[in-house]
Amino acid sequence: MAVTQLIGARVQRREDPRLITGHGRFIEDHTLPGLTHLAVVRSPHPHALILGIDTAAARALPGVLAVLTAADFHKVLSGSMPVTPAFAPEKKYVPERFPIAEREVCFQGEPVAVVVANDRYLAADAADLVHVTYEPLPAVVDPEGAMNPGSPLVHTDGPDNIGWDMTYAGGDIDAAFSRAEVVVKERIIQQRLAPTAMETRGVMASYSPYSEDLSLWLSSQNPHFIRLFVSGAMGIPESRVRVVSPDVGGGFGSKISPYPEDYLVPAASKLLGRPVRWIETRTESVMTTIHGRGQVFTAEAAALRDGTLLGLRLTQVLDLGAYHGTFGAFQACACLMAGGVYRWEAISARTVGVLTNKVPTDPYRGAGRPEGTHLCERMVDRMADELGMDPAELRRKNFAREFPFVNNFGLTYDSGNYDGTLDRALELSDYQGWRQRQAAARAEGKLVGIGLSTWVEICGFGPSAATAGATGGIALVESAQIRFLPSGSVAAYVGTHAHGQGHDTTFSQLVAETLGVPLEAVDLRHGDTAEGPAFGYGTYGSRSLSVGGMALYTASQEILAKARKLAAHLLEASPDDLEFTAGAFTVRGNPQAKKTIQEVALASYGGNLPAGMEQGLEAVSHFDPPNFVWPFGAHVCVVEVDRETGAVEILSYTGVDDCGNVINPMIVEGQVQGGIAQSIAQALFEEVVYDGESGQLVTGTMLDYLVPTMNELPTPKLDRTVTPSPTNALGVKGIGEAGTIAASAAVINAVCEALRPLGIHHVDMPASPDRLWRLMQEAGR
Amino acid sequence: MIPAAFQYSKAGSVKEAVAQLREAGPEAKVIAGGQSLIPLLRLRLSQPSHLVDVNGVRELDYVHPEGDLLRVGAMTRHSTLVRSELVQRHLPLLAEMAAQVGDPQIRARGTLGGVFAHADAAGDYPTLAVMLDATIVTDRRRVAARDFFQHLFTTALADDELVCEVVFPMAPGPHRYIKFRRRLYDWAIVGAAVQKLDSGWRVGLTHVGPTAVRAAAVESRLQAGASFTEAAGAAADGLEPPSDARASADYRRHLAQVLTRRALEQAA
Ligand SMILES: Cc1cc2nc3c(=O)[nH]c(=O)nc-3n(C[C@H](O)[C@H](O)[C@H](O)COP(=O)(O)OP(=O)(O)OC[C@H]3O[C@@H](n4cnc5c(N)ncnc54)[C@H](O)[C@@H]3O)c2cc1C
Repeated sequence: MAVTQLIGARVQRREDPRLITGHGRFIEDHTLPGLTHLAVVRSPHPHALILGIDTAAARALPGVLAVLTAADFHKVLSGSMPVTPAFAPEKKYVPERFPIAEREVCFQGEPVAVVVANDRYLAADAADLVHVTYEPLPAVVDPEGAMNPGSPLVHTDGPDNIGWDMTYAGGDIDAAFSRAEVVVKERIIQQRLAPTAMETRGVMASYSPYSEDLSLWLSSQNPHFIRLFVSGAMGIPESRVRVVSPDVGGGFGSKISPYPEDYLVPAASKLLGRPVRWIETRTESVMTTIHGRGQVFTAEAAALRDGTLLGLRLTQVLDLGAYHGTFGAFQACACLMAGGVYRWEAISARTVGVLTNKVPTDPYRGAGRPEGTHLCERMVDRMADELGMDPAELRRKNFAREFPFVNNFGLTYDSGNYDGTLDRALELSDYQGWRQRQAAARAEGKLVGIGLSTWVEICGFGPSAATAGATGGIALVESAQIRFLPSGSVAAYVGTHAHGQGHDTTFSQLVAETLGVPLEAVDLRHGDTAEGPAFGYGTYGSRSLSVGGMALYTASQEILAKARKLAAHLLEASPDDLEFTAGAFTVRGNPQAKKTIQEVALASYGGNLPAGMEQGLEAVSHFDPPNFVWPFGAHVCVVEVDRETGAVEILSYTGVDDCGNVINPMIVEGQVQGGIAQSIAQALFEEVVYDGESGQLVTGTMLDYLVPTMNELPTPKLDRTVTPSPTNALGVKGIGEAGTIAASAAVINAVCEALRPLGIHHVDMPASPDRLWRLMQEAGR
Repeated sequence: MIPAAFQYSKAGSVKEAVAQLREAGPEAKVIAGGQSLIPLLRLRLSQPSHLVDVNGVRELDYVHPEGDLLRVGAMTRHSTLVRSELVQRHLPLLAEMAAQVGDPQIRARGTLGGVFAHADAAGDYPTLAVMLDATIVTDRRRVAARDFFQHLFTTALADDELVCEVVFPMAPGPHRYIKFRRRLYDWAIVGAAVQKLDSGWRVGLTHVGPTAVRAAAVESRLQAGASFTEAAGAAADGLEPPSDARASADYRRHLAQVLTRRALEQAA
């Protein structure tokens, strides 16, 4: 698609004036007459039996309307919370999960009771007065230990703690290793991370016993899935449930899966006959919103002495937490992407999902792809180190170059140009110059390292054939509806739902360009299940543009096809003789004979239509992509490690990415910057820590869980190459997760290279000063 | 914020504040900038019966030079200390510290008196007060800094006693504060402060124990003519630093030495 006035233009974000002046509307900005407030009583123990719940004191507090426990909720809720097959379809053990604990609590923060009161303060006071008697049980904290047959159980009635254990075989791994001249091994930890969206979760529900319908406002990345799940659990026809997800203050994957409160709040509304609202506190958020990552990899890579990569053998031990996250097994895609951008003879990847007494893990920005990339890029660097080769050279030697490229697991990379992004990144970062400066710095005893990350991701979920099974029946396609109103204004509805990605802007650019109307004429709407097509599939996995944008595009094409027929009728010409440019149909050779699309739209509501044509100018379209899309890029990070304190300073950061055609470069840059920030945060700062003995959350506040700010982050140098995707007519790929997938490996490779003169080969994340100091101390001994 | 319920009153003067505290009883608390207290209320770790708001006590918001002393009122905000020409001229190390407290919003609200009364182990001004032998003036008495800080979050203050002023000696000479932290607005993991006086170097350490520490061993080695490196080697002598998620005790001991040496090098 060509760059035009709108496509490829740095259009300022239409949503910003509202959002940055404080006029966004988040869950807490929504209220209802007679609203009541819910607080959740949560288990302070990671694992315990519930012996009794005394609610008398809480009930006695004036202003308290109800104290509800599992027994009450069984009257209005049924079934277990959903778990999808995702990338680990052969589950061994899936513990049942009712939204509120009855007999046993299995993670700290699991709901035990709820209080509904006239105001939020009272609700919190009353929650403190609910007295729960527990019998504490041993907490299972370490996922590797939990795999041992003798381990205590996460659920007392479980067979063991193994959620799944399966191996993906991509080629003859033994044959590949038998030819090895060099083998490197590493153990790589992906620490647990807390997504920490700026807006915490929140749910407001209003059930009407008279019309037997439910309205639900919640901060969600995919309101239609929530409607499906909640209507099922409450036994309300899906058509009588409306889910509204207004402005969403960040999600990063943590607002995809349904949560206990998504059921408890509407159920409480039904039990009380009053509207109910619950707003998650920051403390609850760190403790009970899903965590990401939480994986331990052991890997070995085999190569020939000339640098030809042969085989990669790995095991992923994935800390599931106390229950399977709804999409938790998605994270096993780390295994499928562990080969990265390289040609390998064979890859064998075992994934083991292990239950622990912690909050469940689920997709967090990148979800499996950052882990796969980090693993692959660390192993390639370890190999370069072992072979004494320049890491850029080893990469180049093994790049996949022919596209479509089928990886070891049969996944087809649609297009790529890995040399192109690497060349540009080396140039932009002044790689050769840094190599010289590094040599000089090392001569002075300074610890300077240069790290590369050449990455590829699978995104744009996804083709129906591949995803219907993985989600348990509903294929991840996308829907859109576009309608011209008689005045010529355009309402565009899409089933994705932005939470910071700027869809109001980019999708409007796309629709305005395709239909040839001014940007101002397009109103983009999403996030309300009462509007638009029957079902939407949500925003995650960098899918919105390549699937949702395409649905808008195909709906626009349908509109244009009808408009062409009508314009031809009005101009008394043949549809084939019309040209459509700049929003108007003209008769070829007679530019005077002209109808703008907005004139055609008005006419479509009138009486002068061709025979057999119905009134109106609107279309619903579903887009089912033939493949995933495969963005890629090359990042270069230069760091200096303070030899005395272990502090890491990022001296330079460069990212060159390729997401195919670009609708709005400014938004792409913003997404890449944010993604890099989040990945540097993992590399250097963030880690959810549970006490290894007691299982208590140690990093429970923002004082202990170190989310870095712009002060701690570099301003990356960014550039782009453009390799259009052949998968869709727009030639687009995704960019929402790219930076997060790329950066941690670049940073850690740089840190490891900096420390190499001391004999240190590997550093786990976060590479905090105290950890590096300890490593340097040990290396010095 | 969802604190437990509390009563609230505003005081316009020191007298009023003390009277209100007395009347409200031992569970009452002063609220100044709220930058330490509100987080505790939010987590319900602190559940006072009554808050006496001293933000209207304007008589405690001042910086007064007097002879070779600098008197600073308890209600002086961090941001005032950063900007004050008097502080910059007479005790620039205090301004340097103030500029490193929290972020601009925290500095605009938080007060000098609040830092002293709160007595966090990672508070920065207590280090300066202890190393320079400052005096804390309350509504009823004067207490030497070394006697004021008793333990973690524990001071010599009575329940109804108000910090009114801190009196520092003037010290315009070479100085440096190095605050080692992960994020710009974080508390110190360890901090090292050095100040050259006519009588010699003063050295203080932040967050290496329950209260601020004066590194006497470093001072006396310097007095005896040791090099900065030799002297700083004594910075960890006798320390019993805490271990937490951010830093082990050993790492803190190590940082105390490194930061002390760097502070001396950079000040000189
Ligand atoms: C994110 C963050 C980072 C911070 N980083 C630092 C840092 O690096 N270094 C640092 O020193 N501080 C730091 N602070 C704390 C800040 O300096 C606070 O302002 C200070 O600790 C307390 O001052 P306040 O006026 O806000 O007191 P408040 O929070 O109002 O009160 C704190 C305590 O002191 C008592 N109190 C307050 N004033 C008086 C008085 N005049 N007499 C008697 N009792 C009184 C209160 O009753 C309460 O117990 C940080 C705070 C935050 C939120």
